[in-house]
Amino acid sequence: MSDTLSKIEKRTAYILILPAVFLVFSIILFPIFANVWISFKEVGLKDIRIPEPRAKKIVKSIKDNPDQLKVIYKLRNSSLILEIRDVKFQDKLPKNIKPINLDERCRVKSNKIYCEFGNWDAKYRENFQILLKSSDGKQLNKKELKTIKPKLTGKSDNILLNTNFTLKNFKKVFFQNDFFDLLSTTFYYTFFGTIGSIVFGILTAQLVNQKFFGRTFMRSVLLFPYVGPVVALAYTWELLLDPYSGTLNNLLINFQVIQEPLNLLGQKYLTINFFGFDLKLRLALTTVIIFEIWRYFPLAFLFILARLQAVPKELYEAAEVDGAGPLQKFINITLPQITAVISILFMIRFIWNFNKFEDIFLLTGGASGTRTLPINVYEQGFTISDIGMGSAVSIVIVALLLIFMFVYFKLIGKRADEN
Amino acid sequence: MKTKSLIYYALISSIFLFSLVSIWKILVTLQGIELKNFNFAIIIALGIAISLLNTLIGDKLNYIIKSTFFALIFTFIDGYIVQLMPVWYNIGIFGILIFFSLKINKYNQKYLATEHSSQIVVFDFLTLFGIVLFSFVILFPFYMMLITSFKTQAALLINPLDFSINFNQDFKELFKSYFVIFDTYKFGRYILISTFVSVGTVIVTLVFAIPAAYAVARLNFFGKNFLSTSILIIYMFPAIVLVIPLYTVFSQLGLRNSVGGLLIVYTATTLPVAIYMLQGYFRSIPKELEEAAIMDKLNWFGIIIKIILPLSIPAISSVALYVFMIAWNEFLFSLMFLDNPNSFTLSRAIQYLSGDAETPRQYLMAGSVVVTIPVLLIFVYFEKYLVSGLTAGSVKG
Repeated sequence: MSDTLSKIEKRTAYILILPAVFLVFSIILFPIFANVWISFKEVGLKDIRIPEPRAKKIVKSIKDNPDQLKVIYKLRNSSLILEIRDVKFQDKLPKNIKPINLDERCRVKSNKIYCEFGNWDAKYRENFQILLKSSDGKQLNKKELKTIKPKLTGKSDNILLNTNFTLKNFKKVFFQNDFFDLLSTTFYYTFFGTIGSIVFGILTAQLVNQKFFGRTFMRSVLLFPYVGPVVALAYTWELLLDPYSGTLNNLLINFQVIQEPLNLLGQKYLTINFFGFDLKLRLALTTVIIFEIWRYFPLAFLFILARLQAVPKELYEAAEVDGAGPLQKFINITLPQITAVISILFMIRFIWNFNKFEDIFLLTGGASGTRTLPINVYEQGFTISDIGMGSAVSIVIVALLLIFMFVYFKLIGKRADEN
Repeated sequence: MKTKSLIYYALISSIFLFSLVSIWKILVTLQGIELKNFNFAIIIALGIAISLLNTLIGDKLNYIIKSTFFALIFTFIDGYIVQLMPVWYNIGIFGILIFFSLKINKYNQKYLATEHSSQIVVFDFLTLFGIVLFSFVILFPFYMMLITSFKTQAALLINPLDFSINFNQDFKELFKSYFVIFDTYKFGRYILISTFVSVGTVIVTLVFAIPAAYAVARLNFFGKNFLSTSILIIYMFPAIVLVIPLYTVFSQLGLRNSVGGLLIVYTATTLPVAIYMLQGYFRSIPKELEEAAIMDKLNWFGIIIKIILPLSIPAISSVALYVFMIAWNEFLFSLMFLDNPNSFTLSRAIQYLSGDAETPRQYLMAGSVVVTIPVLLIFVYFEKYLVSGLTAGSVKG
């Protein structure tokens, strides 16, 4: 009895999870595996269109012979690269019309013309003609003839489905793509973005954890950059930072902080004279990191605040009795309480910042030294139109990601063992 | 009284005062008033003087009289002697000084003599400083977005620092950018598409996620543990690695440029976190209720509809709002999949607008305001639900 019950339970469970699992599998897992497949192929953006046999139908009257009509089908292969095999053609005729002198590739069966055109090479073109004649002497209806569209079918190789593989893409990724520059930019961006957002998260959480007038309002405001749409925020920042008509540069010049406008998003290096040493700062990258911190510190803030509010008040009271000052309280009580949250946040944000695409894309488009791996995926795939290369870069990202995740879950597991 | 505390107090409070006054000066400059200098030395000197005087006078004077006195002196020096400023600027400075004097009122000699007083003073002012600074840095871009959308191209080019709005002009002139984006650039249509996609994503996600979450939370089946751990791992995979295969497959299936295709992708990407959040909540519902329902011969469909759903309205609202926000703000997939202006979402439409270098920036900002306002309103109104959604779903972003 219980056996059947558990069977029913199992079956119900599978029915309940199946739709979700199917969707996630086809939209998330399948593409990840498909990336592997595509990355070993030489595929351009234009190759992914499936070749189609096409026909344009033109109906013409014949001058000397009003009983007859000429139909021209302009046939072509839509692809410039691939051939189409076994092209089959089908067109319907109005009831009172019969073809004469039909091409030998075609035959008529109950008012329909069937043709077999065989194989079409890439770029194939043909003007195919049929003469039509009224079978009952009535006037031929040109319009009716025109409105009926012919149907064509054919088999073609899908470039994605054949089994020609190559290592070319990976060779290009590692040796012709400034790979180490890409990697180091990505790491700079990820590391400093993550650290910055956590530091500001701690500061703001510490602020909001105290009582002051307008505290709930402050909490909402702090989350604005995180909940706002990235497109709107990125363009606002772009206008704000514009070297000529941007508010920031004009303010700084107005208050005599700087003499010349700074092209914060368009300049790769800024040389700063620091006690006689020339320091080269990656300006655009720094700006993009600041935007990143501005947008994502609210998340760290939210996590850390939740943790801070769970710290028992007695701890602070006891410390006060022992004569600890604010700094000692922060170092000895607050910090140990939030280290666990911070380490989780660090891993999560690290992984997500590593994959961040939109922010840099909208701010600089990857120019002036801000090209990260995700930007490169887009560039390779859609700007240079090399789908295979784009996939290969994606694979590199996934591989690095898997390493991070492995480390992450190792650490989490270790922490769970300790507790 | 400890000298160290006094020095710390005087320095940090005057720096705080300087930052308040400077932010006010920036805001005033943006109203078209010419101001070329923060007068760092003068303001800091005044601040130190006021702080020290405050401690010296202590409780000998009523605090209201004391504050008014300080405020008047500062306003007089800053607004009449150093530079001649309009009355409304001085009223603002006066207000800032009243606020500042009231804040420093409690730091009398007795207070500064207590243990750790130097540290406490620094922490107190850093807190105030942080609140002011963070509010300013966060709100300023939003303020700029809003103001720019009400300006004209010519006004913006003549003086980029002039943020003043002429409210005397015709209503149609003031909102011109908004009329243009709705008339010329069809933003009404994009709002409809964005709303349709976002609401659609919420509904489809919930329809898929609720049964799955229920199964993970309550039923025993082979592969359950595997499923619940893989949900989180799958969630970690970024959109950028899905883009190329989805693009090729969607192109071949003719799903590109269709709102339906977008809806499928959004649903799939938000499903893992929705399931994760919901199953956590479902576990907290007492099992006895369902056992009673099984006695009443309800099937799983009945259990979900009649018991689980009514009890988990808060969790479902959190998930719904979170998913709505993700779908409304989403940009990457709409960039990849939509290239026909007839099926643009709001985000994609704004990006498309900006692609044309000729587009005046006030139109761009008006569009940005249109896409930002709904999320911010929803966020402020439903903050409680959204915050719990954000915390649970925050691995994403």
